[in-house]
Amino acid sequence: MSTDTSPSSTTDAPATPAGKAADYLDQRTSVGVAVKEFARKVFPDHWSFMLGEMALFSFVVLLLTGVFLTMFFDPSMALIEYHGDGPEAMQGQLMSVAFASTLDLSFEVRGGLLMRQIHHWAALVFMAAIVVHMMRVFFTGAFRKPREINWLVGTLLMILGLAAGFSGYSLPDDVLSGNGLRITDGVVKSIPVIGSYTSYFLFGGEFPGEHIIPRLFTVHILLVPALIVALIGVHLFLMVLHKHTQYPGGGRTDKNVVGYPLFPVYVAKMGGNFFIIFGILALMGATMSINNVWNYGPYDPSPVGAGAQPDWYMLFLEGSLRLMPGWGTEWVIFGYTLSLNVLIPAVVIPGLLFTFLFVYPFLEARVTGDKREHHVLDRPRNVPVRTGLGVAFLTAFIVLALAGANDLIATHFAMSLNQITWVFRILFFAGPVFAFWITKRICLGLQRKDRELVLHGHETGRIVRFANGEYIEVHRPLDEQERWLRVNYDAHRPLEIEPATDARGVKRPGYKKDKRWQQLSRFFYEDRVEPVTPAEFAAAHSHGEHDEIAAAQHSPELVSGAEKVEREH
Amino acid sequence: MKALAARRHHRAAPVVLMLLALLVTGGLYAVLAPSPATAETASTETDVEKGQRLFQANCATCHGPNAEGTSEAPSLVGVGAAAVDFQVSTGRMPMQMSGPQAAAKPPQMDLQQTADLAAYVASLGAGPAIPTAEQVNAELGDSANGALLFRTNCAMCHNAVGAGGALSEGKWAPPLDDVSERNLYQAMLTGPQSMPVFNDANITPEEKRDVIAYLVEQREGSAGGISLGSLGPVSEGIWAWVVGLGLMIGAAVWIGAKSS
Repeated sequence: MSTDTSPSSTTDAPATPAGKAADYLDQRTSVGVAVKEFARKVFPDHWSFMLGEMALFSFVVLLLTGVFLTMFFDPSMALIEYHGDGPEAMQGQLMSVAFASTLDLSFEVRGGLLMRQIHHWAALVFMAAIVVHMMRVFFTGAFRKPREINWLVGTLLMILGLAAGFSGYSLPDDVLSGNGLRITDGVVKSIPVIGSYTSYFLFGGEFPGEHIIPRLFTVHILLVPALIVALIGVHLFLMVLHKHTQYPGGGRTDKNVVGYPLFPVYVAKMGGNFFIIFGILALMGATMSINNVWNYGPYDPSPVGAGAQPDWYMLFLEGSLRLMPGWGTEWVIFGYTLSLNVLIPAVVIPGLLFTFLFVYPFLEARVTGDKREHHVLDRPRNVPVRTGLGVAFLTAFIVLALAGANDLIATHFAMSLNQITWVFRILFFAGPVFAFWITKRICLGLQRKDRELVLHGHETGRIVRFANGEYIEVHRPLDEQERWLRVNYDAHRPLEIEPATDARGVKRPGYKKDKRWQQLSRFFYEDRVEPVTPAEFAAAHSHGEHDEIAAAQHSPELVSGAEKVEREH
Repeated sequence: MKALAARRHHRAAPVVLMLLALLVTGGLYAVLAPSPATAETASTETDVEKGQRLFQANCATCHGPNAEGTSEAPSLVGVGAAAVDFQVSTGRMPMQMSGPQAAAKPPQMDLQQTADLAAYVASLGAGPAIPTAEQVNAELGDSANGALLFRTNCAMCHNAVGAGGALSEGKWAPPLDDVSERNLYQAMLTGPQSMPVFNDANITPEEKRDVIAYLVEQREGSAGGISLGSLGPVSEGIWAWVVGLGLMIGAAVWIGAKSS
């Protein structure tokens, strides 16, 4: 649908230079179709939809500063004696060329230290934004059909972000990141059978060797960024294809998108947000020092500094290793060492956490038995078990991350390191269960509160006395928007399965499998609060002309028989 | 008197009264309070006998009347003046309370008393002496060599730049950023509490001075801006979340609230 294809229609010819340029391009590429499509594309408006944008823009900043750093960084493990503009304490020390070039680009290259610090802060914020974005998507159910694949792409992006962060963190070849590589080496070696071979393969011989920094450099500046860029492309393409999800509200359905067009509203908002994010990262890089590698010194496998920790997104792995008891967990079988004290915390635990992320959308779809498309988001309270599981997952992650900082907790809160470690060991198992239980209860409580509000309206605090001496409080009914928000959700029920035997009493194959899914489904949906039906609403409001309170007294009778939970109160 | 009675109920009366009361109390305290540690600073000579009396009054309960040690505390025979000077001038001794380790506090003894105590303990048996000003002069040290020594011998407990770290069972390696050069030297020499002794054969006096030079250099601050406590990636992570993501979410809420 390009605007002007016939040479005869001179009246439509653009007059302005910009118009002429656009017309020139359009006649040759038909780009007008895409522009028209995108300019009119409608996006819903909410601040939490900008969390992914934060990650994207941090990544853009990472690319820009990263290109600058690549110009000056030399990923070589050759040994040299340092004499340069760096700190006094580094003069004359033996170090790798990689470390020396990090010092040079920090102290001799104009703006180099600023770029390095912006790059590192952007990396930390990039991962933080990804995590918060994932939380938003998870708790609002934005991973449901048709977006399961995009959730997988996003989870892959998060893991690639970890890989990018870890490989970049190790490049300066300082003591701190070298300790991290040493741990990585230990983790790889703990994998049964292939572990030691893999370690020799990765490091090109015995740790640390002379190859790991150049290899990580290639991974960091080529492999991982290319994969991230490609997957961001897929992620955004799918987002445009599916159209953006929207929060529930009046007039919003699975068949429409309520919002504003991309052009000019979101172009302006996104452009502004990019500059704000770049500004915040530049401010951080300019004022707050980060990863002063000259504090740690050039890598040498022997020393370890107190407070040696990875960047925050790897802290859960560190904590997992710190929590694992060492006694009785390392076995020697037929002369081969099975190092469960490393294998379990560093491979099995993160494996379980990531598996949960990858599997959850499919698991929930299966136990819900729901094959419809969803474009309206859930309010977290309306899916109590999902919300509870998400909070339980976060609790496990946070406990592990805190355990990774147990020494700093010990010094800053004057506590015993050993006791903190024991508390975290217990919390790692008990915390998620407790968090799940309490979150689910809070969700159910909020749903009941919503029901109450819909049926009886807001309390006004206005007390009226009748002639017969009766006192009532006047309730103000909800307006339509408020009510829509509180009644327009699905309270899913557990799966119903076919009986164990058919009409002739013959056992049905597959019954046991169905039964197991049903049990899981019951775990999800047994406790639920149904939304108020129009009939209930009408009944509550037709009851007595004079007030809303009278209806409240009778409400237990009005609750439908299926509502086990509602009856409890 | 009448005028006073008339103003009794004035709004400002309680405030004025309170200020007056504070002023009187403070003035009386300043006049009547016992002034501690004003005596005998004139004599620079250390006095073993005074030291012994101070020891018996303040230390003998745990260390025994003749510093021979008890089940509570070690013998001080042969620990030398350096150990006493370190423990007493940093306020670690006399110990405030029992716990995983003696915490530093404002010193209880003045300079003369500390010197007397040190002289008394040194008289009990040969031990390391208090270092001279030249031995602890950071300007004479080589901070590059100090960095190497610190990384190999000290950083595993005290953190790479001496920001402190945790030890087992509630013990800790204290931060070194405001420890005096003399105390740094004495700590290496005598190994207080959980710290190992780095004697002169292990780390020579010149090397100790190098370590001091390295630590003093760290006090100049970071080239990159605010040091965030020099605690490493955990504090950086907290700042990335609080400042970085906090500001960005604040901006997002603001942009979201802007009318479209």
